[in-house]
Amino acid sequence: MVCEMENDNVEEMDIESLSSMWPEEINGKQFNIEKPGADQAMLEDIFIIEEPKIVDFKRLVEITNYSEKGSSQLAYLVKNWEYKQAYAVRLLREELDTLSKQKQESELKQLEIIEEHRFEEESYGSDKRPISILDEEYDILPEFPRKRKDDVENKGLEKEAEYDTVIYWKQHARHLEELLEASIQREQILMEKLQESIKNLEKQTSPVEELSQILKRADHYLHFILQTAPVVIGHQDKDLRYRFIYNPYPSLHEEEIIGKTDEEIFTGGGVKEVQDFKREVLEKGLPAKREITFETELFGAKTFLIYVEPVFSKAGETIGVNYMGMEITDQVKKREKMARLREEIAVQKAKETELNKTIHITEETMRAKQMLATMSHEIRSPLSGVVSMAEILSTTNLDKEQRQLLKVMLSSGDLILQLINDILDLSKVESGVMKLEATKFRPREVVRHVLQTAAVSLQRMLTLEGHVADDVPVEVIGDVLRIRQILTNLISNAIKFTHEGKVGIKLYVVSALSCESGEGPRENIAADKSVFSAIIQEPDKCLSLSQSESDQNGFHGLIHPEGPHKNSHDDEPNTSVINGASMDGGEENHPHPSETTVWIRCDVYDTGIGIPENALPTLFKKYMQVSADTARKYGGTGLGLAICKQLVELMGGHLTVSSQEHRGSTFTFVLPYKVSPHCDNSDDPDEFSDMNGHDALLDPHDDDISSGTFIFGPRTLGSLFSSSSSGRDQNLLPNRVAFNASHKLNGLSEDPTSFPGFEVTSLEDACSAVEGPATSCQQETSMMQSPDSNYKVTVGSEIEYQHKENGQFQDPFKVSTCSSRMESKEVSKKVRLTDCLEAVEIQERFERSSQCSSSKGQEIIESKLKPRILLVEDNKINVVVAQSMMTRLGHKIDVVNNGVEAVRAVQSRSYDLILMDVCMPVMDGLHATRLIRSFEETGNWDAAVKAGIELQVPHNAAPNDQQLNLSRNRIPIIAMTANTLSESADECFANGMDSFISKPVTFQKLKECLEQYVT
Amino acid sequence: MDGVAQLKKRLADYTTSLYDEGYLDDQFVQLQQLQDESNPEFVVEVVSLFFQDSQRLLSELAKALEQQSVDFRKVDAYVHQLKGSSSSIGAQRVQRACISFRNYCDDQNIEGCLKCLQQLKNEYSLMKNKLETLFKLEQQLLEAGG
Repeated sequence: MVCEMENDNVEEMDIESLSSMWPEEINGKQFNIEKPGADQAMLEDIFIIEEPKIVDFKRLVEITNYSEKGSSQLAYLVKNWEYKQAYAVRLLREELDTLSKQKQESELKQLEIIEEHRFEEESYGSDKRPISILDEEYDILPEFPRKRKDDVENKGLEKEAEYDTVIYWKQHARHLEELLEASIQREQILMEKLQESIKNLEKQTSPVEELSQILKRADHYLHFILQTAPVVIGHQDKDLRYRFIYNPYPSLHEEEIIGKTDEEIFTGGGVKEVQDFKREVLEKGLPAKREITFETELFGAKTFLIYVEPVFSKAGETIGVNYMGMEITDQVKKREKMARLREEIAVQKAKETELNKTIHITEETMRAKQMLATMSHEIRSPLSGVVSMAEILSTTNLDKEQRQLLKVMLSSGDLILQLINDILDLSKVESGVMKLEATKFRPREVVRHVLQTAAVSLQRMLTLEGHVADDVPVEVIGDVLRIRQILTNLISNAIKFTHEGKVGIKLYVVSALSCESGEGPRENIAADKSVFSAIIQEPDKCLSLSQSESDQNGFHGLIHPEGPHKNSHDDEPNTSVINGASMDGGEENHPHPSETTVWIRCDVYDTGIGIPENALPTLFKKYMQVSADTARKYGGTGLGLAICKQLVELMGGHLTVSSQEHRGSTFTFVLPYKVSPHCDNSDDPDEFSDMNGHDALLDPHDDDISSGTFIFGPRTLGSLFSSSSSGRDQNLLPNRVAFNASHKLNGLSEDPTSFPGFEVTSLEDACSAVEGPATSCQQETSMMQSPDSNYKVTVGSEIEYQHKENGQFQDPFKVSTCSSRMESKEVSKKVRLTDCLEAVEIQERFERSSQCSSSKGQEIIESKLKPRILLVEDNKINVVVAQSMMTRLGHKIDVVNNGVEAVRAVQSRSYDLILMDVCMPVMDGLHATRLIRSFEETGNWDAAVKAGIELQVPHNAAPNDQQLNLSRNRIPIIAMTANTLSESADECFANGMDSFISKPVTFQKLKECLEQYVT
Repeated sequence: MDGVAQLKKRLADYTTSLYDEGYLDDQFVQLQQLQDESNPEFVVEVVSLFFQDSQRLLSELAKALEQQSVDFRKVDAYVHQLKGSSSSIGAQRVQRACISFRNYCDDQNIEGCLKCLQQLKNEYSLMKNKLETLFKLEQQLLEAGG
């Protein structure tokens, strides 16, 4: 029984071990469940081996030999197999051992039994015959049942043996025989089983078969997965030569790849990168992933995600790389698209917010500016009404206090007007409304004009100089009004902040590049255009300064409510100079198509108080002055420089400043101008000769006339003026004195208005109709100051006395204006003045003037001393209105009705200003202007004669050279146009007119025009 | 004094209405500014001159437009004259009528010109009436001692 059980056990064990050892099952299980990763890695290699196309057996062997991984994988497989086989062998051996043990035991038992049997035979002797029968069995027995059972049998036998020994033995023998037979049978079965096992073992012995089966499965599996995957798998050796590759893309055959490097296979973008990447992995020994975009001829543009891992030898050296690439072109494209979209959205959003902000700001700004402009305009209109009413009021009879009040009112009004104009200018520039005009102008003329204007209102002992370099073109194209505005602004600023020394303008051509490096940082003092208001604001300063040098200098501006207006009268001795200067030789300019750009740099320098460094940054800001103290001391709105800067920048230039405190400042602006070169050439000789003419008048010291240097001394009279000018004045003086002397008793003055002497004479005549409002105001003031007048008696002789005493012609000026010495005399005249009606018939004045013109000498003086104005206008009503206004402004005018008459008038007399209607019958204003300009340039009236105007007064017949000179100076001609459209203005400028005023003419327009052109 | 004050108010109201209705513009103020003791009748004189001149120009215009072949340059010159003088005295509406007249003139549009002439005549007589009334009021005020 024990034996059977053992057998059973053995059998069971066999089955178990065998079942667990079935390679198929084991492999299957391992593959699918247990450790797929490891097996996959293994399978890759295996798969490659199996791939018929691209297998490299040699390499595989090498790999298995040298590659650690390959060999370990293979070793594992073999070990596994060996283990399984060893196990089977062991089990079989155990079985065999058991069997042989049993055999031994049974043999031992047999021996025992035999011995027992012999012993029994010995003990019973010859009695036992049947034993012989048994002997037959005997032979068989030893081999058969004498196994383990013997023990049991023997025991049984022992028990039964007591019954009947013979029978017992027989039975026993038979039993043993049976046992033996069974044992033999079992042995046979076992042998069979062993054989069977061996057979089975033999069947399983080949590892190759098993492995190849595994591999086949893996191959199928991999193939199934990979057949459509966009994956490239490869192995490359140390030199990055392909050793094998799985490549689903049919464009390359294996033989084209194996043994080559990437660079040898492909060309194009990304190849180098991938090569470098692999090399990097090779060197570092660490696996890495990277996205690489290829741009090859073979594939076109494709992006691969490349995974490269190093392969190590058993010694730990890298012997190559495994490489896997997956095409992700579409994904990358999508991703990039998404990124782009996101980016775009973000940008869009940012832009949107920015735009919204900008729009908001712009809207706000525009609204604010618009409001400012509207407000300024709304304020200006009624304000100008107030100011002009006040002006008119000042012409009426007022007492001293009223006059004082009115004076303040007017100056304040002027200041506000100035401020509002500035604001309007600024907002115009800023809102881009300001339109620049492109007109031809002469830089020298502009400089001279600006300096003259400044000199007129000069309150201090300053020298004004202008220097225009030779290379500055005679004529350039630009917005002359704006440029003049800038220059005037800068000059008046310079004058305002300069107490002594000089102020000047320098003009020279720079290259466009060098202008960039202009002057360093910018700065200047607070900006303020309004010199006049400034003068009013700072009486103390003016007083002390002017007193120091020439007592008659600064007072007018102080005392008179209208600084500028008065100044134009007061400045008599300079008149000739100024007139001369303003009459720059004008000629017709023919537009030329070829234009070049020239950059002209303009320095406005002074020796004034300078600008502290800390004020420089805010200098050009609006409403900024150097300090509150500056504003108090010098006045001003703080807008002037801001406007200058904006204007300069609007014209494409830039404005800079350099300054040293207490040493002076220099403002520099560089602007581009267009030049028509032909114009220059043709103009040059004329221009120079022309300039020669009046520059000689202006500044005899200047040898190089063409260099365009102008010097205006302080507003000195007589001796202080440059020698030749004063000489000229002195030349005139005798006439003047003589005239005064001879006519004073008659009460005839060649010109009651605007000439200082006028007051004397006109007072004498008790004709005050034509005097400027300021004058009367002044006189009234002085009258009130000293009501008891002792000098009533002989005014004429008083004047004569003055003339004699000083021997210089500025004396009447003193008398008439504000010199305290003469005040009492003024008073006496004033008394008379107030007695008589202000109104004096224009006719009367005409008579007087015609009387005056009867004498040549007088006429010269007259033209010197008071502006002669010619109005050319065909419309009667317009004539009446304009005439009346001029009368009110203190000027008398000659009137002609068309261009032809205008030319004749200019032929017969010289004028300081012509107001010319554009549209007239017979000959229009433009034509007449051209003719007059032609005369000024050539000195003859040929053009006019050609146009059918006969020469009435031969100019060479003029007995006086000076007259000839004067008449040949450029007369300012102001157009009066019905519409102010810019083309019309262009036309005016193109025909040689200096400016234009739009119709209907108003008080204000006339006044401004006179201030600018009649000095 | 009540009468004077009333007259004053009437004059002021009337003047304001002239400005408000666009018959006159600021130029008329300029004109009035030019009138003073030395020239107390200045405005009236100028305006009378304007009336005379305008009357003449209007009849010239009518004559010119009746011609077989209209000389537009001549017409334009007349209108220009009228425009100039009306703008000088501040007769705004007359001036405006002149502007549209000149536009038709530029186009050589006889129909338009004739229409404009009619309009111009209307504006002129309106203006004349208004100004005469104004002067009458001023006269009354003066006589009343204002």
